[in-house]
Amino acid sequence: MERVIVIGGGIAGMKTALDLNRRGIGVTIIEKENRLGGKVLGWHRLFPTFTPANEVVDTLKAEVASSEIDVRLGTCATALTEHSVTLSDGTVLDCDAVVLCSGFTLFDARIKEEYGYGIYDNVITSADLEEMFNQGRVGLKNGGRPRRIAFLHCVGSRDEKVCQRHCSKVCCVTGVKQAIEMKKLFPEADVFNFYMDIRMFGPGYEELYREAQQSYNIHFIRGRISEASPTIEGRLQIKAEDTLTGRPLKISVDMLVLLIGMRSNDDNASLAESAGLQLAQSGFMAPRDLFLSNVRSNRDGIFYAGTVTAPKSIGEVLNEGAAVADAVTEYLS
Amino acid sequence: MAAIEWGFSINRPRVIDVDRNNLRKSDEILLEMPELQSCIGCGACTASCTAGNLTNFNFRKVHTLVRRGEYQGAYEEMNKCMLCGKCRLLCPRGINTRGVVMLIKRKLGDF
Repeated sequence: MERVIVIGGGIAGMKTALDLNRRGIGVTIIEKENRLGGKVLGWHRLFPTFTPANEVVDTLKAEVASSEIDVRLGTCATALTEHSVTLSDGTVLDCDAVVLCSGFTLFDARIKEEYGYGIYDNVITSADLEEMFNQGRVGLKNGGRPRRIAFLHCVGSRDEKVCQRHCSKVCCVTGVKQAIEMKKLFPEADVFNFYMDIRMFGPGYEELYREAQQSYNIHFIRGRISEASPTIEGRLQIKAEDTLTGRPLKISVDMLVLLIGMRSNDDNASLAESAGLQLAQSGFMAPRDLFLSNVRSNRDGIFYAGTVTAPKSIGEVLNEGAAVADAVTEYLS
Repeated sequence: MAAIEWGFSINRPRVIDVDRNNLRKSDEILLEMPELQSCIGCGACTASCTAGNLTNFNFRKVHTLVRRGEYQGAYEEMNKCMLCGKCRLLCPRGINTRGVVMLIKRKLGDF
């Protein structure tokens, strides 16, 4: 029986493995964590429908568990060719094709020191907020309820200063979703979203944006926050330009949420070098083309699915899992 | 003959008339500093601007107007800049904003 190794056990890897396995192809998933699920395990509800994230990830996990897919947890791939994958313990697994589904890395908000993440209490990231939603403990560090909340879009995206030129695509709609969720939890709070451009690219996203404005009275201010500093009462003072009025603006808030972007994994470069794969300028893997071969690498027998090639939404990642299974099947036959 | 004061005057149109404006000077500026064209108008420069917090100086607006061919008064506006360079630290597009100030002053000194 042919065997395909899927590197990464997130939603892309699981969907790919399931679709290959359904066609009678042997699959091994390599996952660096001690559980399957990847980043989606950290999310609470998904845009734009507020679907619980665990509905998606638990369904996939249950399907993997009841299949014949061989799952190797707690180990990662350090090198690969189209016929083999080398694991971190030195084991070499032979195979007939490899699908790289190793995903992305969240931008480290501490690098944007001017926003004070890791310095001031109550400056948190969008991923921290999802974690708070999951734990059911949303609020200020001292347990209080925020009266004023600011979201900042494009943290670690479209930013030359931190070498992340690309748009992370999903932060815009995440910011709108989380602003609504905060307004639902704290109806008495004022919520402000500081944005540069609002990119509502998916079905239902623009509608969600409109709902945030009309039904939840969320304030959208077009301007990038230049700095956050503590006030004497322990709040945060934020400065920006309100670019639509052309005047500098300052505002004190209780909580600042940074919508952090998706960046490429640090080990993309070494994996690419081991297999002769091409990287995009952003550090993500470069597919053969963006149209008919968007799940194929430049090397026959090595494929991609999910956010290893670029930031993507969960729906797009799942589509790629299905697409790559098709491409691998065609290659093996 | 003394003009009669009717209490009315004719305003110049406020429209940015790109048909009438000559963009060649703007092209010269962008040729020297092409990255200026990558501005996304986020206003981080203006938010941090010391001069802009105290006067009506708005760096983002002035260089945008220059790129539309609106040169009138740009030199005088850019003279308000104190060249402190905080904007340059913040620009997410990596634009040498202080260099833009100097370049516009150099190119548009006669407008």
